[in-house]
Parts: sequence; structure tokens; C-alpha cells
Amino acid sequence: MVRLDGVGLRYGTGPYVLQDLNFDLAPGSFRWLLGASGAGKTSLLRLLTLAVRPTTGQLSLLGVHVETARRRDLPQLRRQIGTVFQDFRLLAHLSAFDNVALPLRLAGRPEGQLRADVAEMLRWVGLARRAEAHPAELSGGEQQRVAIARAVISRPALLLADEPTGNLDDVQAVRLMQLLAELNRLGTTIVVATHNESLVRRHPARALHLQDGKLREHMEHA
Amino acid sequence: MASLRPRGSDDLGLRRALSDTLLPLLVAAMVFLAALALAGMIAASGLARHWQGGAATLLTVQVPQPDTATNAGPLRAAAVAALLGATPRIAARRLSADELAGILRPWLGTDAGPLALDLPAVFEVRLLDGADPQGLAVQLAKAAPGTLVEQNSVWFDRLGELARSLQASAALAVLVVALVATAVVAVATRAGLAARRDAIEIVYGLGATDRMIAGHFSRRVTMLVFSGAMFGLLLAIPMLLGLATLTAPFSPNAPAAGAAPDVLRALPPLLWALLPVLPLTAAAIGWVTAQATVRRWLAGLP
Repeated sequence: MVRLDGVGLRYGTGPYVLQDLNFDLAPGSFRWLLGASGAGKTSLLRLLTLAVRPTTGQLSLLGVHVETARRRDLPQLRRQIGTVFQDFRLLAHLSAFDNVALPLRLAGRPEGQLRADVAEMLRWVGLARRAEAHPAELSGGEQQRVAIARAVISRPALLLADEPTGNLDDVQAVRLMQLLAELNRLGTTIVVATHNESLVRRHPARALHLQDGKLREHMEHA
Repeated sequence: MASLRPRGSDDLGLRRALSDTLLPLLVAAMVFLAALALAGMIAASGLARHWQGGAATLLTVQVPQPDTATNAGPLRAAAVAALLGATPRIAARRLSADELAGILRPWLGTDAGPLALDLPAVFEVRLLDGADPQGLAVQLAKAAPGTLVEQNSVWFDRLGELARSLQASAALAVLVVALVATAVVAVATRAGLAARRDAIEIVYGLGATDRMIAGHFSRRVTMLVFSGAMFGLLLAIPMLLGLATLTAPFSPNAPAAGAAPDVLRALPPLLWALLPVLPLTAAAIGWVTAQATVRRWLAGLP
């Protein structure tokens, strides 16, 4: 599913922000991604979302060798990866409905077939009545829920989340973790970056610890 | 092909990023200029054809002392007339005394007759295909020494060159307008890319292909360019009709004196046929330029 062999990353001619990363994620696995600010969590997520390619080493995602893949092959791969960004990354000029519908439209789902799924997803994240609202009209928590709905609506094979509960109340956070657990049970590989230690304690799973761009060790959090 | 949203939607927010004011106005100005240049090119072409095919095929033959006998016996004018009449692939006509008086009137006034000038006989010779003006001049000099042959084609060849230069200049102007239009569209597209960078990166990250994103830009740009081009063309047509009406008396197809000018026929049919091509060409330039600009920009993304 995900395999990193000696992966390093630097932006331009700057210093390496990730160095010599080696790990495997099996299909249907769950990992917390932990580390202090600046440890490289966001850079690792950027690698896994194909926002950047590794500077060194080999990265295999869903069977595709990213470092040698052709650009035109990557969109198809990206559609199998769902991402919840810390800053939501919603399209400001689109409604909540249209933001959530984007991945399905990109995948070519006919308009008539996606409306029910999008409406259901919005209902699940508690935004059924806010479907036509634009991001500027939504609170931070509501925007985050839209971002989560967008990330999971296409049932991605790999789901990456950067502080997904950062703007959610406890009830919503629990519901999100239940959703992630359900997706995980259905076979989605999930990586969640967080600083929220209580969340990690409540949902024990293996973790990737980053420190100064290097992977310390896989740890079991219980 | 999958699209971001149903046709006509604005997923990338291009309605704000690519203003519907500036780009169409710039394109309108360029199409206006292109229409004028195109009209100039066709007008120059028509004039060149007229000069080459009409007046340029005329010779003027002047026979001094027309009523003096030649060595062979007949009068000089008669000898020239006989020679012209026997020469194949030409049509000759001797100008009457009244026509000569009319030609001389600006210089001699109406009293040329009493001056008792020994006016030359003047023949108007039209050269048909395959005629040999040089050989004819030699034969005329033998038949009536001192006969002058004015070959209009030399002068009209120069006018023809002038017309071709005008055509080339007009064609160059059209080309320059097309290049400027390409540059304007490229700059506008790049401005749109800069303004919507975040949105593009988001949909790109969600799996949008270069084709989808470039398609959104090129549809928007093509629509703006086409509307601007139509506006420019609508502005140009009254101007062209006005110019054509003003220059109608100098046209090969000048209306008869006193006849009301036919506005629609004032422009050559070729121009009427080519004018609608301008907005289509502008739209094609817009589409291709936007596609190329966006795809080149996207190539910088991983």
C-alpha cells in the first residue's frame, strides 16, 4: 500500500526536512503520525498526498513508484487518496455541497448519481442544512467537517489527515474517529497527524514518531 | 472526459479571475485594427489587379506630322493605322480630333484650333494576351519614323509594386495584431493562474488532470475573446462602410455618376467573407494560447 525506502525531502536547495524514512503501511492499517511542530509531519503528508516528490529514496503508493511515475499517471492515483488539511483547503467560491462533490465529479460520477451521496455525507457530518453555504459563511468547525466529508466521500484507499479534530468539539471528534474506524474496517489505510494526546490515548494504534525529519520508531499506543 | 462540474459552472472561480471587461476590450481593439488592415490588404489587391489587368495593357502611340507622306507613299498616320490594323493580338483606335482637343484643353484652353498647331495623330492600343509591345514599337518606328510609343505598363508595374507593398504591409499588420493578441491572452491567462493558484492546486491535489484545468481556462478565455472580437468587428464594419463609400469613386466598380451608392456592395465580397473569420480566428488564438499557457504552468506542479 505505502512503502518508503530511504526517502528524503528537501525544498529547493534548502536543508533536508525529511531524511532516510523507511516504513511500510499495509492495506487497511491505521497509523498516528506524531511529532513536535517542525518535526516534518506536514512534509511527510505532502509526500503521501503527492504534493511533492521525494528528493531521495523510493516512495511507492498504491503500487505506483512515485519518484519515477509520469505526471499524467498521478491524477488517477491522487483520486484514490483522501486528504483532510489542517487549513481545510476548501474552494471559497463553492458551496459546501459543491466542495464535497468535487472528488466525485473529478472521478466522472454522473451528476444525477452523486447528489444523494453528497447529501448523505453532509447529513453525516451535521451540515445537511448548510449545504448551500459557502466556506466564508461557515465556522471553523463546520469548514473542517466539510473538508472531512470531501476527503472521505470517494471512499479513498488511503486517507491522510492533518489535525482533523483541531476545530471540532468532542462530539464531532468522536464521530470523526468512528468514521475513520469504519473506513479503516472497510480497508482504507489511514494516517492521522495530531498533537492531541488524549485522542491518541482514546484510540490506541501504532504510531510513526517524527523528530527532526527522521523517524524514531514505530510505537504502539495504548 | 470528466469535468469538475456541469457545463457552464465555475469551479475555479474564473469569472472573477479573468475579468469580462479588460480582455474583451483589448481583443475588440485588435480585431478592429485587424479588420481595417484586412480591408486595406484586399483593397490594395483589387487596385493591383485593376492596374495590371486594365490600364497597364494600354499603349499610347503618337504619330507626329500625321499628314506627311512616308517614303513608301501613304500618309504617316495611315501607315501606322494600317500596321496596327494588321498586327495580331492588339486592338487599336485612333482618337478623334474632339478627343484630342479634350485632352489638350487643360493646357491650351478651348482655342487650340485657331493656333493651327500640327497635332500628332494619337492611337489608343489595347494589348491582348500574347501581344509584343517591344516588337510593335520597332515596327511602328520603321513604318513612320519618329512615332512615339508610351508603354503604360512600365508605370503601372511600379504602381503594382506599390500595391503589393501595401498588401504586404497590411498582411504584416494583421500578423502583428495576431501576435499581440496572443501575448495579451497569455498575460491575461497567467494573471488568472496567479489569482486562482490556490484553487487550482486544490483541485489538482484532488485528482484534476491538466486537461480539465486547461479546459476550464480555455473555455473562459475563448468566450471572452470571442465576445470581444465580435464587438470589435461590429465597430469596424460601419467604419469600413464609411471608408468604402468615400473611396467608391476611385474604385474599379465605381457607381455611375449620380447613382445612389449601394452600401452593402461597397465592400468587396471577399472582405465580407473574411470578416466573420476574424472572431473565429481570435477565438482559436484564445483557446490555443490559454491551453498552452495553462499546461506549461501546470507542468511546474509535481
